Amino acid sequence: MEKGGGTELERMADVWIPPLMQPLTGGARRVKVPGSSVRQVVSNLEQAYPGIKALLCDEDEDRIRPEIAVIVDGEVSRLGLLEHVGEASEVHFLPAIGGGR
Amino acid sequence: MSNKTHVQARINGEDTEFLCEPQQSLLEVLRDTLGMTGTKEGCNDGNCGACSVVLNGRLVDSCLVLAVETEGKSVDTIEGVAGPQGLHPLQQKFLEEAALQCGICTPGFIVAAKALLEREPNPSEQRVRLWLAGNLCRCTGYDKIVRAVLGAAKVMEAKKP
Amino acid sequence: MTTSTPKKYDVIGTRPIRHDGVEKVTGRAKYGADLQLPGLLYGKVLRSPHAHARIRSIDTSAAEALPGVKAVVTGSDIPAASDTVQSLGETAVRMRYLSNNVLAGDKALYKGQAIAAVAAVNVNVAEEALALIKVDYQPLPPVINVMDAIKDGAPLLHEDMLTQELGKRTDKHSNIANHFQFKKGDLEAGLQKADVIVEREFNTASVHQGYIETHNGTALWSSDGNLTIWCSTQGSFMVRSQLAQLLMVPESKIKVVPMEIGGGFGGKISVYLEPLAALLARKTGHPVKLTMSRAEVFEGTGPTPGTHMKVKMGANKEGRITAAQVSLYYEAGAFPGSPVNAGAMCALAPYNLENAQVDGYDVVVNKPKAAAYRAPGSTQSAMAVETVIDEVCEKLKIDPLEFRLLNGAKEGDRRVDGPTFGRIGYLETVRAALAHPHYKTPLGGPHRGRGVASGFWFNAGGQSSCYISVNADGTVSLVEGSVDIGGTRVSVAMQAAEVLGLPAEAVKPTVVDTDSVGYTWVTGGSSTTLKTGLAAYEAAQDVKRQLLERAAKIWETPVENIELVKGVFRSKHDPALKLTFAELAGKLLATGGPVTGSASVDAKGVGPAFATHIVDVEVDPETGKTQILRYTAVQDAGTAIHPSYVEGQIQGGVAQGIGWALNEEYFFNQQGQMANSSFLDYRMPTSLDLPLIDTVIVEVPNPGHPFGVRGVGEVPIVPPPAAIANAISHALGVRMTTLPMSPGKVLEALWKKEGGRS
Repeated sequence: MEKGGGTELERMADVWIPPLMQPLTGGARRVKVPGSSVRQVVSNLEQAYPGIKALLCDEDEDRIRPEIAVIVDGEVSRLGLLEHVGEASEVHFLPAIGGGR
Repeated sequence: MSNKTHVQARINGEDTEFLCEPQQSLLEVLRDTLGMTGTKEGCNDGNCGACSVVLNGRLVDSCLVLAVETEGKSVDTIEGVAGPQGLHPLQQKFLEEAALQCGICTPGFIVAAKALLEREPNPSEQRVRLWLAGNLCRCTGYDKIVRAVLGAAKVMEAKKP
Repeated sequence: MTTSTPKKYDVIGTRPIRHDGVEKVTGRAKYGADLQLPGLLYGKVLRSPHAHARIRSIDTSAAEALPGVKAVVTGSDIPAASDTVQSLGETAVRMRYLSNNVLAGDKALYKGQAIAAVAAVNVNVAEEALALIKVDYQPLPPVINVMDAIKDGAPLLHEDMLTQELGKRTDKHSNIANHFQFKKGDLEAGLQKADVIVEREFNTASVHQGYIETHNGTALWSSDGNLTIWCSTQGSFMVRSQLAQLLMVPESKIKVVPMEIGGGFGGKISVYLEPLAALLARKTGHPVKLTMSRAEVFEGTGPTPGTHMKVKMGANKEGRITAAQVSLYYEAGAFPGSPVNAGAMCALAPYNLENAQVDGYDVVVNKPKAAAYRAPGSTQSAMAVETVIDEVCEKLKIDPLEFRLLNGAKEGDRRVDGPTFGRIGYLETVRAALAHPHYKTPLGGPHRGRGVASGFWFNAGGQSSCYISVNADGTVSLVEGSVDIGGTRVSVAMQAAEVLGLPAEAVKPTVVDTDSVGYTWVTGGSSTTLKTGLAAYEAAQDVKRQLLERAAKIWETPVENIELVKGVFRSKHDPALKLTFAELAGKLLATGGPVTGSASVDAKGVGPAFATHIVDVEVDPETGKTQILRYTAVQDAGTAIHPSYVEGQIQGGVAQGIGWALNEEYFFNQQGQMANSSFLDYRMPTSLDLPLIDTVIVEVPNPGHPFGVRGVGEVPIVPPPAAIANAISHALGVRMTTLPMSPGKVLEALWKKEGGRS
């Protein structure tokens, strides 16, 4: 995915890959991926690591699987694929917690 | 053909009459027949005290009393605690000390604590805890309830001539 | 007791009397079971006597024929539940599972599962009718223990369930619904670097939230197909969504009226009785009310999972943790969805670790489907991790609080599950505990011991809405949708009051139904003071803006010249121009009309909560009974809006934690039936079991909220079992690895130790 040049890389989102999905990324734990929304990031992840989108998204409903929470820059996102991803944003995919009572 | 019994009792100082079936508890009659829903049901088997009332001067769980047993007797419930002049010191202290969170156990505690303070105007913390051990609270951990009861005791003592 | 912070605010930090207080202390407040309606019918639920059985047929004809019975419903009356997964709030719920938990489908999966429901003229007739419903069960062998459930060849609860691994379905049929893993660094290398390694396995029993008010629900359909539900719930909008999905009725046709609620702690979010009331009310054309008995609450709602856990931790002699490995097996109950993921994310959260691995397994067993219970999942994993830490400290001869200072997480540290911490106050809680007179007072005497433990909860944000209207007398009416379980009405009102420069008493908060306020997420997740407080803050800012403009209009001066200071609108340049809030309010109708403000928020900027607890115990070596001598709970509340209710949340959480630690458990017999479903035998703490609970509120304000709020309700239940286990261990010299540490278990541990010595 690298387009060459450090600046370009630094502007990409910093995506952390859940351990059980790391076989798809060749064991990589963190990958740099361009995209200004979670949708773009996921789509670019899929280009680089085919099969990963099916683990993250509901095929029929074009949304992040409800059991997965997307964390962008430390905030749990409720917007899913629509969530804005900024330059050098950190993105995590974690099991959704039941909101805690 | 009805198997209902006619009962006359004195509830919160007022002569009251009602019809009830022999197996109905006082709790059921207070809530469903008389519409006095201040007394609460938490377990219906005498283990939580949410249904506490005073029957002929004695603190009881109304879920364990048959309504027919109140014939000719006096019953005091939460509805009778505040007077026309305002809240009872216990109620006031519960508010000031934040001794309630969800409030469902509060009527039972106030009735029970009032019964204690009327017998023993100056109980120790341990005595308060022992007396109230029949009332379950799941929200407060009892700390502020105990403080409120001890605080009310002081207020009531001070008010005495 | 609150740590002293400089007085920043006028209203925030004070202790006004809660607005709904008088109603509650006089017994006038209306809870769900208090509702009376003309023509009301009463419902009762038939429940499975078997922990695991195929349901071959249900014959309701005899029940329907009983005089006084007006309708009977079974699972087939729930409109075909699609097998979709819906996001209900932040939880992913498979609709088929929710539907089957409301009324069973083709299998009974736990003793107490609802099979059918009856509506009749009174409760007695309804109960008689239950006995006339004939259910043809084919009993199946139950699995009632998590480690039995994961064995190859164990009976399967859901034959079509395939194990998921963070979103990926495997092709393995088992009772493991889900497995996920978090990893950081190199676990093996970290263990190699350790000077001491401690490894322990734990078993904890299921416990119930234990709210004193049982579940209730009343439903009424209008002749034009509109449904009204009255219930005690933590989330009226959540009830509306669940009903819309289950009944396949548009949300616009459903109104949910939240009654006062007698405790929830997470257990009153999923629906149980509301759909039954709705189905029966539709069939009968009458309003129908259902309430649960106490036994039904135990057997038919959602306790927290029992667990099996393993922890292995290594540390060097300088006192730094070099590696930690945690495996969590949580019992989800009959349907998947235990809070094992939260438990996994919280377990090591207080510590900054280089090398760690956490594996979580969500396992179905033939027990009631687990529901959330106050910091769901975190108390269990804290029991395991915090006691192993204590053992590590013993071996290294390092004070357990000092150890936590050496390893404690701070802003910028990265959690094992990935994200980094923003501004947090964990170390502040540890320092406050170290400095507290409790910790400095020596504890003497035989069989006495002191224990400490820490805990973490994320807290949640979420969506909320608020309207504020200005009354002519200078009070404001505040409308919100957050059910008030523990004093949130007053803390929300105080935040609006602070913005407007009013006393708390001048704000009149009301909690309203789903037709009367914008979407509001549940009262849970320690979110209400944050999210509804934020909505109130923004609605108040909206009101303030409009009032400033009105004053500008009245004084014919640009609005930039006007300010609101301590409840007085005044000109910055002309001291003669001033109006109190009440005076301006009185002029509104004559100068342009009423002023109302509103806000809807999706609250972000959530600040997580940390707690550190100290407990002294005395154990009777003959009976095994543990007495709590002294308890101090330190917690970071960000900013304590109403300190009394923050203290109350801490004390309540501690009390539940003590019950969980010492007495509470679900006793299941070999057939998977609960043997102690009453308050007599399910032993919750009474006033006699607890001392006064000392609370220390540390304030490290959360930069994400205008007043620095952090949620406080949940984290206090996390440390107690571990702190008490550590205290018992120091009292007796035995490590406790089960919950509850009831007298029998303590004696067993003691005898085993004494037996081992000979």
